[in-house]
This record gives sequence, structure tokens and C-alpha cells, in this order.
Amino acid sequence: MTPLPSITERLARNTYHLDEDENHIEVNQEIARRTGTGKLLVRICPAQVYGEAPDGTITVNYAACLECGTCKAMAAPGALTWHYPRGGFGIAYREG
Amino acid sequence: MSTDVDFDVIVIGAGIAGMVCAHQLARAGHEVVLIERGQEPGTKNLSGGVLYCRVLEAVFPGFVERAPVERRITRNVLSFLNDTSHLNVDYWDSRLAEPVNAVTVLRAKLDPWMAAECEQAGVMVMPGVRVDALLREGDQVVGVRAGDDELRAHVVVAADGVNSFIAQEAGVRPKEPIKHLAVGVKSVIALPRTTIEDRFRVSGDEGVAYAFVGDCTQSIAGGGFLYTNLDSVSLGVVLRLDDLEAKGLSSADVHDRFLAHPAVEPLIRGGELLEYGCHLTIEDGPAMVAHDLTRPGLVIIGDAAGFTLNTGLTIRGMDLAAASGMAAATAITAALKAGDFSDDGLSGYRAELDRSFVGADLKTYAKAPAFLENPRMYSEYGQLLAEVFHGIYAHDLTPRKHLVSTAMAAVKRSRLTLGRLMLDGWAGARAL
Ligand SMILES: Cc1cc2nc3c(=O)[nH]c(=O)nc-3n(C[C@H](O)[C@H](O)[C@H](O)COP(=O)(O)OP(=O)(O)OC[C@H]3O[C@@H](n4cnc5c(N)ncnc54)[C@H](O)[C@@H]3O)c2cc1C
Ligand code: SF4
Repeated sequence: MTPLPSITERLARNTYHLDEDENHIEVNQEIARRTGTGKLLVRICPAQVYGEAPDGTITVNYAACLECGTCKAMAAPGALTWHYPRGGFGIAYREG
Repeated sequence: MSTDVDFDVIVIGAGIAGMVCAHQLARAGHEVVLIERGQEPGTKNLSGGVLYCRVLEAVFPGFVERAPVERRITRNVLSFLNDTSHLNVDYWDSRLAEPVNAVTVLRAKLDPWMAAECEQAGVMVMPGVRVDALLREGDQVVGVRAGDDELRAHVVVAADGVNSFIAQEAGVRPKEPIKHLAVGVKSVIALPRTTIEDRFRVSGDEGVAYAFVGDCTQSIAGGGFLYTNLDSVSLGVVLRLDDLEAKGLSSADVHDRFLAHPAVEPLIRGGELLEYGCHLTIEDGPAMVAHDLTRPGLVIIGDAAGFTLNTGLTIRGMDLAAASGMAAATAITAALKAGDFSDDGLSGYRAELDRSFVGADLKTYAKAPAFLENPRMYSEYGQLLAEVFHGIYAHDLTPRKHLVSTAMAAVKRSRLTLGRLMLDGWAGARAL
């Protein structure tokens, strides 16, 4: 047994300064579906920010984002708008 | 031109590169502002954690004694993992303790210390501010924009890390192909100090660094690592993005399976998860560094410029970040003195780099990324070694063979040919 709880519980132990007013991630559903980027995002994000609803829509839980940039690097052109959260917001590593 | 600036130099990003550069510039008497998007320096930064620290002694005398470092690495273990076996090369050397060669660090602890050193040297540290864009007049970069605010300087230093959005969005650098990048997924697990000393056979402030190859990434190009801190261990996987895409696996699952591997789990047993994080890193530094490093009024340093060497066994980015920050500070000081902020005026940067260990190491390891692309690295070789050692140690009452025939038999059973093996061995020796 490793000392690893579920991803959600894991992230709950991290410190975040949540930006309630601004979401820094937006998926273009149509392009995401057409290019396969949607399914790719769900699988490659280490924080499991992305999910797939039964109707194929890609859901985004931006509050969990660890700001690595993997999704932005791998998404098909136009499928994802992603930028760093505003200054001072987002993940705040205590170990790093 | 000197009258309409707010600072001599604006440094974007308080990572190792930006802080070393800002510190050296302030030391040389220049007005420097260091802008960091995190609420405090270090809050956005994640590294595996082995810092080859000698270069930092030159910037911060007494670095190892004064800075919040974790352990001095005196033991290095290279571990070949297979599904049901593993084989370790275990190297301890007292010479690695003195002078100190490498220490483990946790960036959220190290970076605030370094920022305080910068402030003491006269740098104005501005945390909690995200730079949104460069200000330009024609070809010349003349400052930065953050929200509604604009700041102007003679030189802007982009030290904003691997994603390097500032330089990319200004069209100075291209978007990197994903095979040049890898994602690191990491956990920090608390263990009592005495457990760490007993379990890893280290005493005092000595520590161990494991590099894992083979089954740790479920055949995705990359590797695993485990480093001891004072009272925790840092461990995780590094996955090359193109291969993560190709193999159809989930990055979190690969991380979790690595921690559960029979060779790894006993090392963290009984521990408590302190933090789970991820960060991009660079797979092909030499290819990225080949792009432009300067534009009129702009200098790019650290990961933003591609200064990371991934040899498969070690990732070295922090020491190169520091060295590139130092080289940039020297070149910018010369440019400020001459009042020449053109490409020509800043060309001292490349020259300084070539003179330092950075230039030499980038050349030495230029072939490593191509070698590490070899898929056999991540599957067949660990299996082959395990077969050889199984032949040596498993006594099933059949007559024993000499080591050479044991090895040859193992090669035969594997899908590798002897010629393939020799070619890879030769390529490896040349690349690393
Ligand atoms: C999993 C993993 C393991 C690693 N292991 C090692 C190792 O063992 N040893 C080693 O030497 N290296 C290692 N590295 C590499 C090392 O972490 C990096 O090379 C190093 O951190 C680069 O330093 P930097 O200063 O260039 O960038 P960073 O440390 O990334 O700093 C960039 C800074 O810029 C800030 N920033 C970014 N954009 C903006 C903006 N728009 N406005 C304001 N601020 C901004 C960020 O918040 C950050 O503070 C590892 C990397 C990873 C991901
Ligand atoms: S930046 Fe990283 S953590 Fe955030 S959504 Fe993208 S892949 Fe997930």
C-alpha cells in the first residue's frame, strides 16, 4: 500500500489561492471533440482537471490546476485557451 | 534614452535563473526589479530536487551552510526496474561529501531564501504580479506590461521558466515540439528522520539519489527518481510528452504505479503524503538553446532558453539556470556600461556561456536526447540485466555456466541482437 489517497484527496492537501472571478482554462468543445484533444486532456493532466461528461462534453475543474502547462503544450491548435492564473492566485507549493 | 526608464533591468520570474541574474546585477550597482507571479517566490516552482551546488557558492558564499538545503548526496543508485525484478548499481563515495557536490532542495523552501538574499543585495522583489507581455518600440524591447501597469527598462530578462510564454507570445521563440518536453509528476512523502537514515543507510545530513529506468514509466520514454530530504522523500516520474501521447496512458496512473512498484513501495512505506505536484521539464536542451537567446533589449535565461540537460540518469537544470543567469548578468553589465542594448551589445551573453561549463556541457550531451529516444532503453535492457543476474544467482541444479555464456544466453533469449546491443552501447557511451 502506498501512502497515496485519491487525486481529489491528494489535491485537498495542497494549498491553493483560488481566483473566484477568473477561470484560466477554456475548452473549445467542437475542436476538442473533432481532434481527439478532449480525451487526451482527460488522460494526460496529472491533476485530473479535465473530465468527460456522458454526452462527450469536456468538463474543467480549473481550481485543481497545478499550472504545469502540459495540456497547453499537447492540445490541438484552437482546442484549448489556457494561461497562467492572475498574479498571486492558483497553486502555492509548500514543498515544491 | 536613460531618462525614460523605471529600472536598468527588469527580470521576469524569480526562479533560480532570474534570482541569480538579478542578484549579480544589483551587486554590480544596477537598479533591478524582479517580478514573480507567485504570491511568494517558490510557490510555483517544482523540481526533482538534486542541485549540483558548486556554481551557487560563487554567487552566495557559504551557500550550503546558509541556505535551506536538505541533504548532501553521497550515494547514487541507478535502478533498472522490471515488472517482477530490479537491479541496482549502488555508488557511495565519501569524496562526494567534501567539497559538497550536490544537495537535495525543496524549491518552496529554497526560493524564498534566495529572494531574501536578492533583496539584501538591493533587488526590488515584486511578487504576486504576472507579466502579461513585452513592451516594444520597433525591434527594441523596452519594458513589460502587467495588467494595466507598464514598466520600462534598458534590458528585460525573460527568466519565466520552461513554458516561456513571454518569449513565445512575442514571437521571439517558436512553440517547442512536444518531444522536447516532458512532464514530471511528483510526490513528497514525510518519513521520520531516523527511518530515512536506517532505510537508506545514510547518517547525519548525507542523502541518496535514485534514478530509475525501465518499467517505472510503463515503457513511456522518461524515468523515475527518488531523492531523500531531511524528513521526507521526493519521488516521481518524468514522461516525454510525445510518448505519453503515443502510449495512451494516464500520467497520474503511471505515477501511482511507480510508487506501488515492489522496488519502490518499501522505500516509502508508512510515510504520509505531504504534497502532490507536477511541472514541465526539458528533454532536449541543446535543441532549444539553438534558438535565439537575445533580441534587442531582451535576454532569455534558464529553462526559458532551454538550459536543462536530461541525460536519462540525471536532470540538471538548476545549476545551468544559475550559470546562465550569471553569464547574462556579466553581459548586461557590459551593455549598460556601453549604453548599447542592440543584439550586438548583448552578444557577450553567448560568449560568456561558451566560456563557462554550460557551453561545454551542452556540446558534450548534444547526442543524449537522440540516444534516449531509443525505445529499447525503456524496456528490453532492464529485462536483459535481470536475466543475466538471474542466471548467476538462481541455482536450479543445472550445471553453472561462465558469466559470459550466461550473458550470451540472456541476449539470445531477449529480442536484442548482439550487434544491436553493441551499437546501442557505443551510442550510449558517446552520448553520455
Ligand atoms: C520533475 C522535475 C525534476 C527535476 N529535477 C531536477 C534536478 O534534480 N536537478 C536539477 O538541477 N534540475 C531539475 N529539474 C529542472 C529544474 O527544476 C529547472 O531547470 C529549473 O527550475 C529552471 O530554473 P528557472 O529559474 O529557469 O525556471 P523556474 O524555476 O521554473 O522559474 C521560473 C519563474 O518564473 C515565474 N514566472 C513564469 N511566468 C511568469 C510571468 N508571466 N510573470 C511573472 N513571473 C513568471 C514562475 O512563477 C517561476 O517562479 C527538474 C524539473 C522537473 C519538472
Ligand atoms: S496545466 Fe497541468 S495541471 Fe493544469 S490543467 Fe493543464 S495539465 Fe492539468
